[in-house]
Amino acid sequence: MAMLHIVNKSAFGNATLNSCIKTATQGSSILLIEDAVYAAMGNTSMADIVKEAMNKASISVLGPDLAARGMDQSKVIEGISVIGYDGFVDIVAETDNVQSWL
Amino acid sequence: MSEPWEDEEEGAIKKFMFINRKAPYGTIYALESLEVVLISAAFDQDVSLVFSDDGVFQLKKDQDPESIGMKNFSRTYRALEGYDVEKLYVDKESMEERGLTEDDLLVDVEMLSKEELGNLMNEQDVVLSF
Repeated sequence: MAMLHIVNKSAFGNATLNSCIKTATQGSSILLIEDAVYAAMGNTSMADIVKEAMNKASISVLGPDLAARGMDQSKVIEGISVIGYDGFVDIVAETDNVQSWL
Repeated sequence: MSEPWEDEEEGAIKKFMFINRKAPYGTIYALESLEVVLISAAFDQDVSLVFSDDGVFQLKKDQDPESIGMKNFSRTYRALEGYDVEKLYVDKESMEERGLTEDDLLVDVEMLSKEELGNLMNEQDVVLSF
């Protein structure tokens, strides 16, 4: 069953994204929204953990939340797809179930 | 009869430090802190602002929160100078962890180590955490 994991907490000083990554199985999707979008950037202390997670899960990040926070889309880790609200809807529709890591 | 606030010692100035540790937009802390900072400044207090942990993201350039339906309050940080709020300190380590440099920030700040921030904290009369 294809699972979508949605994370909305900053990965710095909060274990949520780490727990999500450890829980997500092969072929699942992880979507970073709200304060979680910072973890999609290529030059942070979280980048290696996120890159490692891309071996088993496809990771995407919500573009409007990046823009709101002044984060440059061109500096997002290569392989993470930047999506809009329409893409958000598509992913939810494509997956069988959703876990929100609130 | 005089009002209670008129009995206060003339020009009593306290050292206020505001410690900002949350990213903007995801929670209301950053905006609320800014409101209180402006109030303190209106009372001519000695105000220092510290940005640490995810709080450093509050000062990131190019914020454009219209697409998430929120007000861009980041411009207000640039206006603080006009209220004589000029002591802005940023935790160096927090910046490095988040891949940020001084060039990424929309205001001039002083980058300090956690030890230096701790010493500065010790000098305050009031410390407010957000």
